[in-house]
Amino acid sequence: MQHEYGADNLTRFILGRLVKAVFILLAILVFNFLLIHAAPGDPAAVMAGEAGAADEKFLADLRTRFGLDQPLYVQLWIYIKGAVQLDLGFSFRQQMPVADLIADRLPATLLLTGVAFVLSLVLGVIAGVAASARQGSWGDTVISTLALLFYATPLFWVALMASLVFSVWLGWLPGFGYSSIGAGYTGLAHVLDVAKHLILPATTLGLFFTAIYMRMTRASMLEVSRLDFVKTARAKGLRRGVIQRRHILRNALLPVITLAGLQAGQIFGGAILTETVFAWPGIGRLMFEAINQRDYNVILGVFYISAAMVLLFNLITDVVYVIVDPRIRLTT
Amino acid sequence: MSLLQIRDLAIALPEGADRKFAAQNINFDLDKGEILCIVGESGSGKSMSANAVMGLLPQGVKPVKGTITFDGKSILGLPEKEMLKLRGSRISMIFQEPLSALNPLMRIGAQIAEVFEAHGALNSTERSKRALELLHEVGIPDPDAAIRAYPFQLSGGQRQRVMIAMALALEPDILIADEPTTALDVTTQAQILKLIEDLRRKRGMAVIFITHDFGVVADIADRVIVMQTGEIVETGSADEVLLKPQHPYTRALIDAIPRLTQRREAEAQTRAPILTVEGLTKTFSTGSGSFFGKRRVVKAVQDVSFQLYAGETIGIVGESGSGKSTVGRCIVRLLTPDAGRVMMDGGDLAHMSGSDLRDKRRKLQMIFQDPYSSLNPRARVSRILTEGLIAYGTDRRTAQARARELLELVGLDASAMMRFPHEFSGGQRQRIGIARALALDPKIIIADEAVSALDVSIQAQVLDLLADLKTRLDLSMLFITHDLRVAARICDRIIVMQKGQIVEQGPAGKVLHSPDTAYTQSLLDAIPGQDYERALEQAEAGS
Amino acid sequence: MRDFWKRFRYNRGAVIGLVILAIVILAAILAPVLFPQSPWKMVQRPFLPPFTQDGLPLGTDALGRDVLSGLAHGAYVSLLVGLVSTIVALAIGVPVGACAGYFAGRVDDALMRFTEFFQTIPSFALAIVLLAIFQPSLTFVIIAIAVVSWPPVARLVRGEVLSLRTREFVEAATLSGLGNTQIILRHILPNALPPIIVLASLMIAQAILLESSLSFLGLGDPNIMSWGYMIGAARTVIRTAWWLSFLPGMAILLTVLALNLIGEGLNDALNPRLTRKSE
Repeated sequence: MQHEYGADNLTRFILGRLVKAVFILLAILVFNFLLIHAAPGDPAAVMAGEAGAADEKFLADLRTRFGLDQPLYVQLWIYIKGAVQLDLGFSFRQQMPVADLIADRLPATLLLTGVAFVLSLVLGVIAGVAASARQGSWGDTVISTLALLFYATPLFWVALMASLVFSVWLGWLPGFGYSSIGAGYTGLAHVLDVAKHLILPATTLGLFFTAIYMRMTRASMLEVSRLDFVKTARAKGLRRGVIQRRHILRNALLPVITLAGLQAGQIFGGAILTETVFAWPGIGRLMFEAINQRDYNVILGVFYISAAMVLLFNLITDVVYVIVDPRIRLTT
Repeated sequence: MSLLQIRDLAIALPEGADRKFAAQNINFDLDKGEILCIVGESGSGKSMSANAVMGLLPQGVKPVKGTITFDGKSILGLPEKEMLKLRGSRISMIFQEPLSALNPLMRIGAQIAEVFEAHGALNSTERSKRALELLHEVGIPDPDAAIRAYPFQLSGGQRQRVMIAMALALEPDILIADEPTTALDVTTQAQILKLIEDLRRKRGMAVIFITHDFGVVADIADRVIVMQTGEIVETGSADEVLLKPQHPYTRALIDAIPRLTQRREAEAQTRAPILTVEGLTKTFSTGSGSFFGKRRVVKAVQDVSFQLYAGETIGIVGESGSGKSTVGRCIVRLLTPDAGRVMMDGGDLAHMSGSDLRDKRRKLQMIFQDPYSSLNPRARVSRILTEGLIAYGTDRRTAQARARELLELVGLDASAMMRFPHEFSGGQRQRIGIARALALDPKIIIADEAVSALDVSIQAQVLDLLADLKTRLDLSMLFITHDLRVAARICDRIIVMQKGQIVEQGPAGKVLHSPDTAYTQSLLDAIPGQDYERALEQAEAGS
Repeated sequence: MRDFWKRFRYNRGAVIGLVILAIVILAAILAPVLFPQSPWKMVQRPFLPPFTQDGLPLGTDALGRDVLSGLAHGAYVSLLVGLVSTIVALAIGVPVGACAGYFAGRVDDALMRFTEFFQTIPSFALAIVLLAIFQPSLTFVIIAIAVVSWPPVARLVRGEVLSLRTREFVEAATLSGLGNTQIILRHILPNALPPIIVLASLMIAQAILLESSLSFLGLGDPNIMSWGYMIGAARTVIRTAWWLSFLPGMAILLTVLALNLIGEGLNDALNPRLTRKSE
């Protein structure tokens, strides 16, 4: 028998992941830096964006601040030093530091992606379990077919159609923005108002991921139910429901958690589209605006921050995985 | 009236299977406190009737005829709700693979307590108390720690004890044991067999014990059923069936068992050593070994030295984890040893690389354990046999001709050339593997558990083939095995390994009958069926 | 081969998928023949609803362009981008994964760190960054999609190779004197092929979705008529002419669905559960 418990292991595991995350963030900064220099034209013009590039004084400022006349490694050092202190440059177009712009918009995105993530995970797992419990039945067919459809639907198009149907035609839900403009709600009324605005974006963003988690859960449940220990559980005389819950589901969730971690980046990608369609004031919408305005600093900044968010999501799913699976907790 | 009666039972396989019934015309009784062994080779349907008793047949397989009566009540086709009450409380079951038979995410204590919960027995503190008592009873070391452990923290034998504890929790009338010791080392197997025997005596529990191993049968059975392709061919008391088998199939099976005594005395070695291994050492480290992970180091092989003489067969025996396979893989350089020398033809294989290694290695070939994974499923036999020759520069036509000769040599038809591995049986595949090993005209063959995955009748044929080829082609052989009976049958000298080190080596007769070390003696003592073997020999001498 | 087809056909969805895909491919091939005019050309008054005029069965868009012609030309773009970017992604992912899995140790560590990096960063955002900074042309769209979609291939191939590498038949091949390249190409990759093929069919589908999303945001090749662009352009008029957004979306949905269905059929046909005879 090996050593009993391993709280040290967990701490060490999390520390290891954190160090890795820092390295990835640094690598993204280097990547961003290289992109700026690989882009056709003057790096200063890239940093300034389309609007700023017309302003000679602004360009000259940038050149001195980022040492653009100095060797490349010095420039990289300046760039990274700034970014580590959360100086993501200045948006000439918006006349604001990029970091402030993002900080402004980030909470809305976190709300949207967080709700969509939890919603899709919960619904996906429930649907997957339900489908696998009666493999080949009528219910399984319906759930699996729906999942197949959602999995094939372009996210932005579902968003458009949902806003058309539920907002324009039926008028049930607001299809635009974060809260009712000028209503001046406070307290609970404000929360409910935001919640109402959140329904369409969160659902449409969640649909695709619900489909993914459902398919994964179903496949994983079926896989696990063929394993030997399920037969042991049956030989004990346990009821079907108990076996499903306690023995199959817990084991089947492991690959779903892994997948959820890997999909975190996709949710942020989806948020760019959903926020664009629903005019949800998050960093995705910010990125869309920046694309149209060729405001490269903002695009790169959002890219960097969304990567950081994804790393955070990954860390959380890793920790959840370790908590669920004792084999990692007790041996690493 | 007996505890369990099976009458005229037939269990159908799903459509499209290679036969219609998994088992048919099954009739037998089981009495209180009796151990009944159902013995047969793979595919004989030996576990089917036991699974039917539990109502746990694989999907698509179902009983279509007959009755199963337990304690005076018919239980075949009983509604699931009624079956739940029987399972785990009055009839319980243990399985072959103790590793996969326990839920990896649940603590041992919880998995045992669950049996009480399933049948609404005891409250939760009593449940854990009983779980602890059960772990004591099945002889787990340090039960207080084990009850909080996860399955992966226990060894194979300990896990099987946990399975038994679970099965015994509600004092069942019948324990069904489906090959419960097949995946275990021989010493562990002996312990588990003794445990089952003790528990049976103490509790008066009936046992249905399913196995392929006649040695195990001889050690524990009161009565025996022999099955072949889904039907019972012979049934009777253990003594009757084992010593006076009536059916030719039973007799053939018993004759095929390798015997410890069935060994010719090795002549003194007159020829020169062909392979000299000196101070071979190999250490494995797991874990990334990075800043945040602890490195775990396993000394798989430590300072192993021996000489293999031309024309000789050395058996390397040991339990799992003894490092015997690692020695073989280091010699052929599938693994690179950390230290030591492997001398052949004046060169040191352990320190060669590139084309030198390639040239020398040609003389050393290997036969593998698993006939299912040792042949590329997407390659035809012709490619499997000619590939090596072509790689060493033989032209295709000559290689093809050679491949046909090889097939004939191992007793297969030349028509096998154009077929794929999955079209052959396990024994035939192993013959193809042997042909492949011979293709490059090696001097030394390393056989790594080469017959362990085969049924006993096939095992005997393959062992005969190897012995025959060895003399005909003047080969030397390293035969790695966990099975001392197999070693006794084919080896001139035997090396016993434990935890990476050689504990004993010497002529086979000496090692197998008057070993110098206690460890070897304990391995020998654990071999099942030794009394039986003596009885069998006396009977043969008498007749 | 006949077995393969039999198992594939057994999956009814897969056959439906194949039929839909055949129609899309036909549309893509015949587009220049049936609609020789540029899909960008104004042919009628704007906002002509579907089924109101012969010769323009699906009506016209906000600039009076033929919607059906746009859909047919869009089919070509979608399939081209899906196929080529998947091929490029396989060309990156298969060697990376095969080397990582086969050589293990340091090589594996290095290659997997690299893969992990690309897998962690949000792929859609990365594609946007690439296309925003470089000028969006069809080539760049394909490159951007390939760059963000190879990591799953590498991981899959690595996993397969890792498990195949220790199989006894690979060890036997080593002892038979075969070199690393021969072993990888002849013994390992053929056995890893089925899951790669299945993944590839799903990747084409994902690439089509990705391309349409990028075009929707205005990051597609401005000279090429694609489904995503059509939806993006019709977005502002959704209240008055919803069908202009609806129709190209349905085209994407059906194509992607067809490819996914085919992927499942391939999975059934190529990976039948290895049922070793059990008792």
